[in-house]
Amino acid sequence: MEQDILIEARGLTRRYGPNVAVQGVDLTLRRGEILGLLGPNGAGKSTTMKMLTGNLAPTGGTVKINGVDLAAEPKKAKQSLGYLPELPPVHPEVTVDEYLDFAAALHGVAKNERKAAVAKAKQSCGLNEVSRRLIGNLSKGFQQRVGLAQAIVHQPPVIILDEPTVGLDPIQIREIRTLIANLAQNHSVILSSHILPEIQAVCSRVMIVHRGRVVFQESMAAVNAQNASRLAALFKNAPQRFAVPGIASAQSLGEGRYVFTPETGADPREALIAASVAQGWGLLELKTEGRTLEEIFVSLTSGETTEMKEAA
Amino acid sequence: MSPVFAIARHEARRIFVSPLAWTVLAVIQFIYGFLYTLTVNDMVSNPGSLNQYMGVSDYIGGGLFGTSVIILMLVIPLMTMRLFAEDKKSGSLVLLTSAPASLVEIVLGKFLGLSVFFAVMIFLLALMAFSLALGTDLDTGRLLAGLLGQFLLMASFGAAGLCMSTLTREPVIAAVAGFGLLLVVLLLDAMAYGGGMFSDLFRQLSLIGHFEKLRRGVFDTADVAYYLLFITFFLWLAVQRLDLERS
Repeated sequence: MEQDILIEARGLTRRYGPNVAVQGVDLTLRRGEILGLLGPNGAGKSTTMKMLTGNLAPTGGTVKINGVDLAAEPKKAKQSLGYLPELPPVHPEVTVDEYLDFAAALHGVAKNERKAAVAKAKQSCGLNEVSRRLIGNLSKGFQQRVGLAQAIVHQPPVIILDEPTVGLDPIQIREIRTLIANLAQNHSVILSSHILPEIQAVCSRVMIVHRGRVVFQESMAAVNAQNASRLAALFKNAPQRFAVPGIASAQSLGEGRYVFTPETGADPREALIAASVAQGWGLLELKTEGRTLEEIFVSLTSGETTEMKEAA
Repeated sequence: MSPVFAIARHEARRIFVSPLAWTVLAVIQFIYGFLYTLTVNDMVSNPGSLNQYMGVSDYIGGGLFGTSVIILMLVIPLMTMRLFAEDKKSGSLVLLTSAPASLVEIVLGKFLGLSVFFAVMIFLLALMAFSLALGTDLDTGRLLAGLLGQFLLMASFGAAGLCMSTLTREPVIAAVAGFGLLLVVLLLDAMAYGGGMFSDLFRQLSLIGHFEKLRRGVFDTADVAYYLLFITFFLWLAVQRLDLERS
């Protein structure tokens, strides 16, 4: 069944006793999208993912995967899912081949197609040279890849990855990122992380969760465009004051580095360059600088913390 | 392939790649071998005890199968402790719970995988008993009934142990709880013979009592049905427990 919306969650709520872990989260995943789920530790990312994969029953709300209600027809809905939880769900006492063959069988891959499916997953995750090794003897990075291979072996339309790069070294992180970007050509991905550059690098849409609520939701392109307003510049001989039309304020970062905030709607770049040439400021660098995801993240998540403190 | 068989196959593989399974098989085989030799020796040194009511098969049934209850009670919790507890601890249970398989299928799959191990134990035991056929006539039906009883007893202990394994994340706690549960079952049997108003009820409920009949070669559908009910009950409890964890 071809559907353009692969996951549709409405009003997801989860309570643990009196504590509310997730409150009224709405989430939509479209075909070919990589959705980044961001949030500080304990914001409810993992809880949301557990509910999306049927590992945790929501206190309220519904989840539809590929048009199938997860609560009503769990088996059918789960066929469209591949899930890598925080801890890779691997069995240390078997080999990579045995494990992936089981994962494929478990997800209903027919016996005669299983070998090809396992080979393809191993190829994608760079596991070919460890096929016959026991998973327990592999390094953390390889175990993570085995976990990822398990999630994609049956070629599900939706892949849900909970912090896939935790505990990996920088090279492995880059490899996993490339892998996720490749996956997005044929699958839709939900990815959780608290590492901002990671989300910025691979996601097409970002959603920030804080204290169990969605506090921000925007496409990555919009995040980059709407905030690309500030100017960063480096001068050899910076003046005391910048009297340039269109610049509202200037902030020194030291060593000749400045950040300018333009007046609304103005683009003072040309005027700034002209002024620099005329007055000999020695402009070495000039670039527009968006409000980074990090700033958005910090302003959204720390602001509420102080409010909470005040309330308490 | 249904997820039940996929899980069973994988679970059996996981059991047999662990040193625990082979250690248990080796120790059990040694103890059985020891008991078997004692039994045969006893029979050979008292040829007068054999008569038209008491034959070789009775000796084997009594000596070998009779003592096995205690051994199984000690060993089976060790085999069942890891089934769910370890997977919960390592987080790998999520592989099964997020796959398109129901909880019933997961529990049945694990139980079937465990039963493969029991079948191997029974096979070794059967080899030993039937090796006497080289030198004498055996009452095959009687021995088979005894082996079936032994298998059902193992499966029942296994189901109880599996249920205990769903209660905790620590395999050792699951083993202790399983052992405790089986000990209580054994005590129920003792109460059945202690008299009192409930002794009849206890006799009906006793796992061991039903085994005694099969051991003596009496195949009664009621006994087999009793074991199947016992197994179903504990597997059902395990499913309920896992379902509770989700909500």
